[in-house]
Amino acid sequence: MKRIFLAIAFAAVSTAASAADVGAGRYQSVLGDCEGCHGKNLAGGVELMTPFGKLVAPNITQDKDTGIGNYTAEDFRRAMKEGIAPGGKRLYPAMPYPAYARMSDADIAALWAYFRTIKPVRHVVDVNQLRFPFNLRFMMRGWNMLFFRPAPYVPDASKSAAWNRGAYIATGPAHCGTCHTSKSFFGADTGLALSGALLQGWFAPDLTGDRDAGLGGWSARDVVEYLKTGRNGHSIASGPMAEVVEHSTANMKGADLQAVAVYLKDLPPSAGNGGGASGVEAQMKSGAGIYRMNCAACHSFNGRGDSVLFPPLAGNALVRQAGAQTLVRVVLAGSKAVATPAAPTGPGMPSFAWKLNDEQVANVLTYIRNNWGNRAPAVSADEVAKIRARHGS
Amino acid sequence: MAKLLPKRDAVIIGLGWTGSILAQQLTDAGLNVVAIERGPWRDTATDFNIAYMQDELRYAIRKELFLKPSVEAMTMRNTRSQTAMPMRDYGSFLPGDGVGGAGVHWNGHTWRFWSSDFSIHSHLAQRYGAAKMKGLMLQDWGVTWNEIEPSFDKFEYLCGISGKAGNLKGQIVPGGNPFESARSRDYPTPPMKMSYAPTLFAQKVREQGFHPFPTPSANLSTAYVNPLGVRMGQCTYCGFCERFACGNYSKASAQTTILPVLMKKPNFELRTECEVLKVNLSPDGRHAKSVTYIDAKGVEYEQPGDIVVICAYALMNVRMMLLSKIGTQYDPVTGQGTVGRNYCYQTGSGARMFFEGKHFNPFIGAGTLGQTMDDFNGDAFDHGPLDFVGGGGINCIVTNGRPISNRPTAPGSPRWGQGWKKATVEGYNSSMGFSAQGSSYPVRENYLDLDPTYTDRHGRPLLRVTFDFPDNDIRMSHFMSDQLEKIAKPFGAKITTVSRIKKGWDAVPYQSTHNTGGAVMGSDPRTSAVNKYLQSWDVPNVFVVGASAFAHNAGMNPTGTVGALAFWAAEAITTKYIKSPGALVPA
Repeated sequence: MKRIFLAIAFAAVSTAASAADVGAGRYQSVLGDCEGCHGKNLAGGVELMTPFGKLVAPNITQDKDTGIGNYTAEDFRRAMKEGIAPGGKRLYPAMPYPAYARMSDADIAALWAYFRTIKPVRHVVDVNQLRFPFNLRFMMRGWNMLFFRPAPYVPDASKSAAWNRGAYIATGPAHCGTCHTSKSFFGADTGLALSGALLQGWFAPDLTGDRDAGLGGWSARDVVEYLKTGRNGHSIASGPMAEVVEHSTANMKGADLQAVAVYLKDLPPSAGNGGGASGVEAQMKSGAGIYRMNCAACHSFNGRGDSVLFPPLAGNALVRQAGAQTLVRVVLAGSKAVATPAAPTGPGMPSFAWKLNDEQVANVLTYIRNNWGNRAPAVSADEVAKIRARHGS
Repeated sequence: MAKLLPKRDAVIIGLGWTGSILAQQLTDAGLNVVAIERGPWRDTATDFNIAYMQDELRYAIRKELFLKPSVEAMTMRNTRSQTAMPMRDYGSFLPGDGVGGAGVHWNGHTWRFWSSDFSIHSHLAQRYGAAKMKGLMLQDWGVTWNEIEPSFDKFEYLCGISGKAGNLKGQIVPGGNPFESARSRDYPTPPMKMSYAPTLFAQKVREQGFHPFPTPSANLSTAYVNPLGVRMGQCTYCGFCERFACGNYSKASAQTTILPVLMKKPNFELRTECEVLKVNLSPDGRHAKSVTYIDAKGVEYEQPGDIVVICAYALMNVRMMLLSKIGTQYDPVTGQGTVGRNYCYQTGSGARMFFEGKHFNPFIGAGTLGQTMDDFNGDAFDHGPLDFVGGGGINCIVTNGRPISNRPTAPGSPRWGQGWKKATVEGYNSSMGFSAQGSSYPVRENYLDLDPTYTDRHGRPLLRVTFDFPDNDIRMSHFMSDQLEKIAKPFGAKITTVSRIKKGWDAVPYQSTHNTGGAVMGSDPRTSAVNKYLQSWDVPNVFVVGASAFAHNAGMNPTGTVGALAFWAAEAITTKYIKSPGALVPA
């Protein structure tokens, strides 16, 4: 009788422990934004356009045939941290294992405990649609040899606990550098980490302390507000970052957001955005007129936007990035900001592709990038034409 | 055979202002709600593009956002002796369609009807004796001011209305409307900034001893975050409100105040381009089982629900009740029956003044940019020596300064050619107007029923509107025209014109989309279709929400009161009905 009682008690404890693991693991999947690529039910299918061709995020549900239901905990750990799936299959770093390599084994184990509870979905995904020769997975051995330096996160004793937690999240599970750090010809990180990069036609902005293009003008509170609500007094999340906010950062714990803010705010400034445009008086004059007619109603004549809804353009680091690709794209195609429980409106920016020609878009953006104290390189009509052609507008 | 769908706690017909408020409140109370909307999905970011929203030809002339007569027409006539004919185009009024309904393309005047409106019969009988109302079917609404005031407050704070209180808990506040009924707190945002015409109007009428105040506006003076966390922008005074959606998130509508929250709720579902054909009743006619609707592919569905809330436009609410046999058709001969009774409209007249050397810049405008005086509205003035009851708000609003429609010319100007062009250039910038929006009181002969001849695309009878301006209202309106003339004199205009209404309502030229009544609320089931909670007396699990419940129409725009009634009905459902389903007021 006593033995039975003990057995029951043990079972209860063990279930409780695993429930805690599952909860912790679910939170790891928030930090890692698994849904962002693998879809809401994790059955895959989201397409990633890389410079090497198309990759489709695989099914990572517990389905044994089409998902990862046959993985062991160790298989999962290796895939996450070494980029090697069972059978020695090499993963592509679009799956950000170079970042996940920094995660602790405990966090990976918790994530796996959560994944074990994911409903199996039978869904065959044709993952590898890269061009030859990039579609040859064995090539990744060489890539890993050259570029992959797996190392667990080592705390910096000279920094605060919050800084270390923020650095761990930003460079580990949240893999900010996957978009915000520029990539070499080989798709490996290059240059100063988190100083901005072009990816899939969007310019992921500089997150360093640079005052023009980076977060130099943001307080830690601004960073937290942005990541939690999708907006703050400086900017509003749209494009791919809208998805990151919706699926990941809006659901992060307050202390973790604060930690990420502490870390980002401590990043040394990048080399800047290339400085302001000069010799563009004609562009500025034309841009001012276009701005009054098309932009001022929401963003206001003084570029300060609207206190609660429309982002300012004056002092907005996003408009001062070295690369204007995001701006051109948003003006041409329009964009819808993220809607979060804290800021549910999700305002939209309309498309101006039908209304403004390449030169007009270039002029108004040059004006916006170099007015009200903004400084950033001019935008040319050729650059706009290329982006217009690429996005079919 | 309609496909039977799983049952929901509540089925809402129409997702305009009232449907959205009901859906929001009912889902908050935990109910599983489906809304069925005949028109398309519309939202600001994708459908109200700021870059082309001010396309007057597309939206004002070709009326893109309005109900098309091919979807639903109506037949109209002035008197019972005439044969009503179907209108080939909507003219005198323009119902909306699609998500947001007419709340998408409204001007934004957001009034509270007065305490004396909700108890109009008692009030007038006490002050003048019941004989004063001879020939009118004025009746109390069944709800009192103190009951309904919190619901007005909820609607104003949902919308972020810009205005100035005139009566704060009984204290008259200078600069606000001294005739309004006591409000519990001020408007959520300050009044809009005034341009020249309303500034001049306020100055001139104040000098004459009247009490001008900023017209309460749903075009917001400042950015605003409403209690749901939804954010609105500051109005840019572009002047494209009426007939247009707002691309700036600055005119309150379901889109700018509720839908961003509502659409994400797991216990809410919206089905667009699905037209409800009727509400299906149990064999004894005392309980609504479901609604039958038809989708865009022509497939019929039956959606069961414990509660059915009819939230279409006022006229369509009445038609839905008649088609579904909820309640009894009103008969103007016997006076029996309640559905279709007390149909009212609005009784307007206007003044325009042409000046020399003044520049009003009417392109700076907004649907509710202006000043109002209520000195001649409702029963704010003594009707003892007068041969009518009712009145109107006098509004000086600067909006619609648009190139196609806004071409005021002084009387005697050429009607075409160069002379006309010159006159429009002068008239556009150097003239200003103000108007009286008069009340409309119910009479026996004005009513709604189903047309005996004409049917819609599904073979259902069209709604028949039988309406003419009652003699009382004509006398009231002529009195208002006299006041406009007197008020205009001290402005010193070169030419002043004042319009005068005539008997014989004409359904063609645009007048007002303020159609009210037909399913009115009240405390007597013999004279009202719904009780004070907007619950059908006959089918207690049906609520009918909107201006259809107005027992008469006041000299004000209806939307503020429509919004308040929506919150009021929602509160009754969530706090009373779901705890104890059944008639909330014994019949």
